[in-house]
Amino acid sequence: MLQEKGYIGTPRNRVDGRAKVTGEAKYAAEFDAPDLAYGIVVSSAIAKGRIASIDADAALAVPGVLQVFTHENRPRTAWFDINFRDETAPPGSPFRPLYDDKVVYSGQPVALVVAESFEIAAYAASLVRIAYEPETHMTDLDIQRDEAYVPPRKRTGVKRPPSPRGDPDGAFEQAPVKVHGEYRVAIEHHNPMETHASTVVYEEDGTLTIHDKTQGSQNSQSYVSSVFGLSSDQVRVISPFVGGAFGSGLRPQYQLFLAVMAALELKRSVRVVLTRDQMFTFGYRPLTIQTISLGANPDGKLVSIMHDAIQTTSPWEDYQEVVVNWSNLLYHCDNVKLTYRLSQVDTYTPIDMRAPGAALGVTAIETAMDELAYAAGIDPVELRLRNYAEMDEADKKYFTSKELRACYQLGAERFGWARRNPEPRSMREGRELIGWGMASGVWEAIMQRVAARAALTPDDRLEVASATADIGTGTYTILTQIAAETLGLPMESVTTKIGDSSLPKSPVEGGSWTAASAGSAVQKACLSVREQLFKYARRMDDSPLANASIEQVTFAGGRIHMTNDPSAGVTLQQAMQAGGVDRVEAEEKSSMGLLKNMRYSGYSHSAIFAEVRVDEELGVVRVTRIVNAVAAGTILNPKTARSQILGGVVFGIGMALEEESMLDHNLGRFMNHNLAEYHVPVNADVYDIDVIFVSEHEERLNPLGVKGLGEIGVIGTAAAIGNAIYHATGKRIRDYPITIDKLLG
Amino acid sequence: MNRFSYLRATSIDEAMREAAADPTARFIAGGTNLIDLMKYNVERPTRLIDITRLPLNGIEETESGGLRLGALVTNDETAFDSRIQDRYPLLASAIQAGASPQLRNAATTGGNLLQRTRCYYFYDPETPCNKREPGTGCPAAFGRNRIHAILGTSDHCIATHPSDMAVAMAALQAIVHVRGPGGERAIPIADFHRLPGEHPEIDNTMLHGEIITSVELPPDGFSRNYTYLKLRDRLSYAFALVSVAAALRMENGTIAQARLALGGVAHKPWRDPAAEAMLQGQPATEDRFRAVADHILKDARGYQDNAFKIDLARRAIVTALSQAASGTPQSQIDKRIQ
Amino acid sequence: MNASRKGSSKLETVPVTLTVNGETKRLEVLPWTILLDLLRDHLKLSGTKKGCDHGQCGACTVLVDGRRLNSCMAFAVMKDGAQITTVEGLARNGDLHPLQQAFIDHDAFQCGYCTPGQICSGVGLIEEGRAHTRDEIREYMSGNICRCGAYTNIVDAIEQVIGADAEAGR
Repeated sequence: MLQEKGYIGTPRNRVDGRAKVTGEAKYAAEFDAPDLAYGIVVSSAIAKGRIASIDADAALAVPGVLQVFTHENRPRTAWFDINFRDETAPPGSPFRPLYDDKVVYSGQPVALVVAESFEIAAYAASLVRIAYEPETHMTDLDIQRDEAYVPPRKRTGVKRPPSPRGDPDGAFEQAPVKVHGEYRVAIEHHNPMETHASTVVYEEDGTLTIHDKTQGSQNSQSYVSSVFGLSSDQVRVISPFVGGAFGSGLRPQYQLFLAVMAALELKRSVRVVLTRDQMFTFGYRPLTIQTISLGANPDGKLVSIMHDAIQTTSPWEDYQEVVVNWSNLLYHCDNVKLTYRLSQVDTYTPIDMRAPGAALGVTAIETAMDELAYAAGIDPVELRLRNYAEMDEADKKYFTSKELRACYQLGAERFGWARRNPEPRSMREGRELIGWGMASGVWEAIMQRVAARAALTPDDRLEVASATADIGTGTYTILTQIAAETLGLPMESVTTKIGDSSLPKSPVEGGSWTAASAGSAVQKACLSVREQLFKYARRMDDSPLANASIEQVTFAGGRIHMTNDPSAGVTLQQAMQAGGVDRVEAEEKSSMGLLKNMRYSGYSHSAIFAEVRVDEELGVVRVTRIVNAVAAGTILNPKTARSQILGGVVFGIGMALEEESMLDHNLGRFMNHNLAEYHVPVNADVYDIDVIFVSEHEERLNPLGVKGLGEIGVIGTAAAIGNAIYHATGKRIRDYPITIDKLLG
Repeated sequence: MNRFSYLRATSIDEAMREAAADPTARFIAGGTNLIDLMKYNVERPTRLIDITRLPLNGIEETESGGLRLGALVTNDETAFDSRIQDRYPLLASAIQAGASPQLRNAATTGGNLLQRTRCYYFYDPETPCNKREPGTGCPAAFGRNRIHAILGTSDHCIATHPSDMAVAMAALQAIVHVRGPGGERAIPIADFHRLPGEHPEIDNTMLHGEIITSVELPPDGFSRNYTYLKLRDRLSYAFALVSVAAALRMENGTIAQARLALGGVAHKPWRDPAAEAMLQGQPATEDRFRAVADHILKDARGYQDNAFKIDLARRAIVTALSQAASGTPQSQIDKRIQ
Repeated sequence: MNASRKGSSKLETVPVTLTVNGETKRLEVLPWTILLDLLRDHLKLSGTKKGCDHGQCGACTVLVDGRRLNSCMAFAVMKDGAQITTVEGLARNGDLHPLQQAFIDHDAFQCGYCTPGQICSGVGLIEEGRAHTRDEIREYMSGNICRCGAYTNIVDAIEQVIGADAEAGR
């Protein structure tokens, strides 16, 4: 039906590339407004207690300071929790900035200094004096783990662990081969390069145009409307470019509240930009203690899987993610017990971070599986093949498609896995021990209901629009490709508009669902435009298409022609004229694939192979080679898709070796709250990364066959590196990141 | 950020005079540390004296056959100066191991010596810190101290000096030339930085109003047998957990002279002359190196997170001495340990 | 003098003259105005990014008198008289700088936020002429963090431009 030789599936440069390399792309803190005022947030020093007094006199006396907002003088906002609950909020009572004198976590915003310029605000903020009455806080999960509980209310969109099956304890007890261990991944902060920022433009009519760093313009828009009691046409959120987020932009962050509050109160435009340090004062990837017991027969076949996770959450919300379910999704087993609990610590509520849950759970199970491979004396790839899950055993559903076997095979071939000597410490070059390790990855292919509009105008310009976002994922580009291909127009004729709350409805961008969901919506809208155009074309006097059906025609080069006779056709313009219209427009919604949900489970998969070189004496680790073979259905744009996986792998290198937000439990405060001491990979850390997209036919999830790529690249990467380090050194580190001290210890 | 008045000094005398007149005035050059700390409200000078236009920016030969680095010579200029690379490759290597190309383009010789600790608590005015606010306590000793000192600490402070350049200069026995209201002084680098003791708020032995004019490198640059070995939490652009500058003079397979300085382990670049003497006249053997490392670390004290540094430093010393003895210095480009 | 007394007094500005992308700019700023904020807020040249504001990420990299610097770590007044090139000044008459084009061709960015700093840093690196191998490019580009993880593509882009320059005998 579609053009044979089109754009979908071909490598294309980013359509927003020029804007990004020239500096023209504008991010949240870069939109200007007349009389723009600048707000700087003052953060709390203590983790728990109350504010005894705030002395803002000196700050207020600085010429050019407009106001110092605190809990004492903040304007009234909505009262009920529901008003503060955004579309991704976990169960509980959302945090309210400047609500009262209570301090509930370290770094909490306690004042906003607003001034005529950034420089004045920065100076004035340094003069604000706050006295506290501290109370005892608790941030240590090792103490709080005894208080762990099963969250009474489930978080929307997050599956609970399935009920236990079989006799996992008994089977483990009797298993001839056993692995048992506790696994940890340190707390991580998202740290997108752009810090969170909101520029609130106070329009002449009192309405607000907000440039917010968000993964969901409509999520921010509805939050602002409901918190401040504004009607939806009084608030518009526009965020065409987002400087990374990785989940941090899923919820409206406190700078949005503060900037809007100040703008409404001062009746002028206000910008609030968080500092890098303040990027450590809201959500994070929670500390997770996982316990895994695997029992197997001598042939490696699993007879028992037990996987337990305890995660931190805040005292006010039950954040949840899917940590343990992946173990049984990857591996067949009849006796399975998967458990998940929360424990409250006095920090902000965690927030989804790239591959939430899976990045943790799969790291643990894939490390444990490597241990099992050694315990049973079976090659790690072979062990996984012997335990390959042919179906989603928890939900008793078949997979829509699953080419994980091909991932193992093609990844292993490309990597040269067959040459691996399984013996730890068997490869060495000079001072360095060399290790090869592997792991699997799995992530759910999620569809969301997204609306999109397509509109064709007489100049052969096609505009497609949806309120979804591009946080670097390539959404602009793939939507342009889909639209251009569907209507047979060059990509240059297509304008894609996203990141604007006034556009057709879309949930937040995240969960790897955007390409599939927004892409399907755009395709559907363009197909509607196609049908209308075709209808008009047939109606033309002497139409060469008069007797054709839409299946018999091709849209190409701005024309509709008979597929078997390209000379028989009409231009799109002629069709529009025939229809007497100067605009053909359609709005459609992606379908949720209900049939799929009843009968099938959809997941993307991957196999990651890693080579590390470890200086044995000094514990210096270099990740010299990664091969990541990914099966994720249709790859819309191999170029941007590859980048998604590269980025995921680099995230995984960070998790494996570097990233750790260090809490001082005495102070209840993250101490390495900057990019000098919170280490993310730099260029020198990243050697060769080879991405393979395994061919996977997918037709059940959506018409495009897309599963999504935002998360899968990170999942399993840390485990593959950890397993390679074991192979190199014989040291099994179950506590990520694997830093020098752990390797020497 | 606090407010300050700004003066662009046109002569060294003017700079000194202005500084002497205001106890809260500070000189500023590259700014890569002072501005950083001012943005955190850790440093709050009320007057800044910009010394970047002063004539302190050349690299010159000294009468004794060494080189004199002007205080304003940038780290990049030093590291890639052909005379430095030929005669003091240890210094060039150490500077290249630090920071980033952008920062090295701004950071100066004098400023690098004066940079302050990276201790998390020092950097965070919402926490106590004896170095920042004397008498408030040292939460690092009982808190997060992965990056902290293991040698020469006191009950009041366990911070480290973060410089790489200064570690190499310590091994090279550089001399810091300063000018002040009391005239000129030449301070051996070993006496320039100090240990925290009861006054961790004082980093070095300079007096208020004094200005670094140059750093003199003595003639012997140990350009054959040297290394700068830096270990950190990622492969570039990170402060040292432990670093070792090793400089040897080898004669017929034995060590005629040895210099060794450690970074990332103390409040100042750490030298141990007794340990260096243990190498003199000895063959370059791992056993000997181990004995030297043990001697240097015999009084080392680890805290909750950083005890590993004792073992890491021991290993790093042995590796660095081996690299220096064999004439295979650590590359700052190729991340394999040589 | 204590802070509150100073707080009530008038804030004195200082003059600063900069040549930014070839244009002379004369401004009156508070002494603690940072070069980065001057570019972004005062001159509305928001191509230069604020990532950490502490010299820890490289997003703010610009060329000052031809050398790459972190513009977040410089008081504007101290750069009085300097020639500054930002990402907005790299293209000539609408033609992208070869490194800008190479970044597009190699997909050397995702979110685009670190990109202007990466490109200015890369231009500085090429100018320095010290990087010839991938290892050298990696090390000399390590002052620019890319959280999206485009590093291998960034190295590809820079390597291509260095290679083209070498071929052209530049």
